[in-house]
Amino acid sequence: MGAFFHRHPRLTPYLLLAPGLAWLALFFVVPLVFLGYQSLQSGVFPSFEFTWEFSNFADAISDYREQFFRSFFYAGIATVVSLLLAYPLVYWIAFRSGPWRNLFLLAIVAPFFVTYLIRTLAWLNILADEGPVVGFLRTINVLGEQEGLLFTTLAVVAGITYNFFPFMALPLYVSLEQIDPRLLEAAKDLYASPRQAFMRVTLPLSAPGIVAGTLLTFIPAAGDFINAELLGTPKQQMIGNVIQAKFLESLDYPTAASLSFVLMAFILVGLAVYAKLVGTEKLTG
Amino acid sequence: MKVVKRHALTAYALLVVGYLMLPIAVVILFSFNRPAGRFNYVWQEFTLDNWVEWDSVLGLRESVIKSIQIGVLATIVAAILGTLIALAIVRHDFRGRGSTNVLVFLPMSTPEIVLGASLLTLFLNMTSVFALGFWTIFIAHVMFIVSYIVVTVKARLIGFDRHLEEAAMDLGANEWTTFRKITLPLLAPAIIAASLLGFALSIDDFVITYFNAGGEQTFPVFVWGIARVSVPPQVNVVASFIFLVAIALALANVFWQYRSARRAQGAV
Repeated sequence: MGAFFHRHPRLTPYLLLAPGLAWLALFFVVPLVFLGYQSLQSGVFPSFEFTWEFSNFADAISDYREQFFRSFFYAGIATVVSLLLAYPLVYWIAFRSGPWRNLFLLAIVAPFFVTYLIRTLAWLNILADEGPVVGFLRTINVLGEQEGLLFTTLAVVAGITYNFFPFMALPLYVSLEQIDPRLLEAAKDLYASPRQAFMRVTLPLSAPGIVAGTLLTFIPAAGDFINAELLGTPKQQMIGNVIQAKFLESLDYPTAASLSFVLMAFILVGLAVYAKLVGTEKLTG
Repeated sequence: MKVVKRHALTAYALLVVGYLMLPIAVVILFSFNRPAGRFNYVWQEFTLDNWVEWDSVLGLRESVIKSIQIGVLATIVAAILGTLIALAIVRHDFRGRGSTNVLVFLPMSTPEIVLGASLLTLFLNMTSVFALGFWTIFIAHVMFIVSYIVVTVKARLIGFDRHLEEAAMDLGANEWTTFRKITLPLLAPAIIAASLLGFALSIDDFVITYFNAGGEQTFPVFVWGIARVSVPPQVNVVASFIFLVAIALALANVFWQYRSARRAQGAV
């Protein structure tokens, strides 16, 4: 084996890549082609026909414009709130937490150790009408006697924010941790106030983390359907709910496929714009 | 005022940590609850019954076993494929390196629902080759874990000291022996860490699995199925157990790093 590699050094990388890339090609790229093929079909289950049905796309966008908007709106709010929650926390962990740093980092990823569906269901306990949060808000008259938090937009957005928070916090932490403390000392020596040092040194240097965190949070959030399903009502339905129902309940594969494609296209366009702004190397690590 | 200012950031940070911990605490707490009705949303009274009789819910035990089987199998295969890709990307210069990077990156930046839906269309259009079930879930899991393995192992390979390998070669070892005796053992911690991550992703995955499961039930699919009907506290028991195992492993790792860091300081 070693001898073979020795004789054909230029083949080595391709041999190493072959099995893994074959898997990704067969089960990531080819399925996307099938998704495209399915999205241009017409007919009713189980007899679909390939008819270059481009109107599927126009219908998908016009019929479900509301759900698309809602998905991007919810995902956008969740991303911004995550950033506002995560940045100070991660800054504190990177610069102030001392010997307990790794323990606090563990706290950030800890929610991932609880099954996704179950940590979402936990919000049902927390926000329940009989629970302490609603009770408190009713006592101080923020909520009326009959009002609750569950099955509202707020609950859905809160669920999404919580579930994707670590995707924001981890890349932010990586970028903050890499900042050379001597740069901050230099800023101080040059009479920068703490505020100026933050705005001129720390914040710009953590920009790659903000970019990565924003993407890693926004993308899965926009495609999510679990939070809307468990914590919301049909009024909070996102595009993921529609795709899920069309694929697995009403068996309308062409519509489901074109909706998935449109979602993917929106995200790829967003990614491309981002890549243009920050450079591919930074994006793919 | 100065005291407030100095501690404001710490207070904020601790509040956010509290927010992160709250649902976890709730999951564990309600695993000890004796619910009054079919749903386990309101605290009634403390009991250990749910832990003692965790598998008294029909189908729960089978779904947990299925999750573990798929997780182990998919992780092993993905770890091998991913490590090879990482070695190629970091160690070799070849045409198509940029596009390889993109191909590895794309599954991670595609919404799960699109990954799940597109795989399902493949399987539905090729029913003669694929029957939805255990193996289609396995295929899907390997696909989405590979990228995470590549990224984790790659990070380690980039900071890799190649002098040891050169020394081995100077001492007459061929490439294969060097790889087996030097590279692989040094890379093992990264591969193990990546595999743990992969296993965690697999056992937690719902969306992709749900699309490609057919009638097969992993633990998350099982939870989804009963969530509309009733949520027995045993579900919380399983989730708490998985959490506690994971956190114990992670804490052991933190402690180990802390100790070796102190040792390294002592040595200087």
